[in-house]
Amino acid sequence: MFAGTTMLLAAAAEAAEKVAESGALPPESVGLPQLNTHHFAPQLFWLVLTFVTLLFVMWKIALPRVADVLEERRDRIKRDLDAASRLKGDTDKALADYEKALADARSNASGIAKDTREKLAAETETERHRVDDQIAAKLREADKRIAATKSKATSAIGDIATDTARAVVEKLIGQNVSSDDVKKVLRPVAGE
Amino acid sequence: MEQFEIRKLWDLNFLGHDISFTNSSLMMIVALVLISGFMIYAMSARSLVPTRIQSLAEIVYEYVAGMVKENLGEEGMKFFPWVFTIFIFILVLNVIGLIPGNFTVTSHIIVTFALAAMVWLTATFIGFWKHGFGYLKLFVPSGVPFWLMPVIVPIELISYFIRPISHSVRLFANMMAGHTMLKVFAGFAVMLPWWGKIAPAGFMVAFTGLELLVAFLQALIFTVLTCIYLNDAVNMHH
Repeated sequence: MFAGTTMLLAAAAEAAEKVAESGALPPESVGLPQLNTHHFAPQLFWLVLTFVTLLFVMWKIALPRVADVLEERRDRIKRDLDAASRLKGDTDKALADYEKALADARSNASGIAKDTREKLAAETETERHRVDDQIAAKLREADKRIAATKSKATSAIGDIATDTARAVVEKLIGQNVSSDDVKKVLRPVAGE
Repeated sequence: MEQFEIRKLWDLNFLGHDISFTNSSLMMIVALVLISGFMIYAMSARSLVPTRIQSLAEIVYEYVAGMVKENLGEEGMKFFPWVFTIFIFILVLNVIGLIPGNFTVTSHIIVTFALAAMVWLTATFIGFWKHGFGYLKLFVPSGVPFWLMPVIVPIELISYFIRPISHSVRLFANMMAGHTMLKVFAGFAVMLPWWGKIAPAGFMVAFTGLELLVAFLQALIFTVLTCIYLNDAVNMHH
């Protein structure tokens, strides 16, 4: 700024000199035009006029429009952000619901599986018992039959032995012997 | 110096006062039309997604609004239209004055002084209106030892009353010095033989770029100082 001022003074001096040399210019244009008081009034008048007009135009017309647009944009962005956050909340809620439903279904499923398993196990158990009982009954019956057959066979062996013994004795002594006598004799041998 | 000369384009008189339409008045009207036209045309679509020109208008708006909010707070926004008008008026006058052949309104001390005086008077009026005689506390900074008061208070008073002068001279001197400098180098470029023209011409190209920056910066400084003076008056934070 100092350089500028120095330059300015030099230029002013030069101008003044030039004016003094020529002497042709009217006296009111001597020196800096900025310091010519004759021009103050019209400049001030037009400055006030244009400044006040501009102030009025800006205040009442131009600036409210900019403010409106900026406010509308701010509102719009805020609205959109609000809507977005609301939708996000909804999404989160839906997701939570879904996960809860999934967890419920899973626990339900495992409950059902457990029940089914238990029921099946119980059924299997009763069936096994029934089959066991059947088998036991059949075994008992079989044992009985075996025992019967055995006793029958034993008695048959006794008869055969008696018959054989009687036949042998008849052959040896040449006379008839009753079966009862043979039996009587054989009993101690058979260990009965 | 004829670039600073006021030329009457149309002689006008009002109750004996000279209110002639001059080249200065013409540039003020041009600025008025340009600014109003730009702001209204740019916002004519009022689109949610701005066009280039609309976002330019919005950038200027938000820039000045940010400046006002930063200095004056949210409640200072009631001064916003006034601050905005000061900023854009000075900015456009500075910039169109850079176009060769155009007159620079802000290179006249009477114009910048009138603007600075308006700011100073407004701030002073608001200060007394809001705080009554309490506004005088502005000249008695808190935390200063009592025995320093006889020195501090006159300094504060002088600095307060000199505000409109420093405020106006800063803008005026910058505009005038820049234009004078350009003129001087243009003169060199004309006077020198062809092989010597390149240096001053190149300098002028660079300096015109610098002047564009200065035109913006001085409008900004003028506006920031307006906000600071207003803040003193409204909030009395010293």
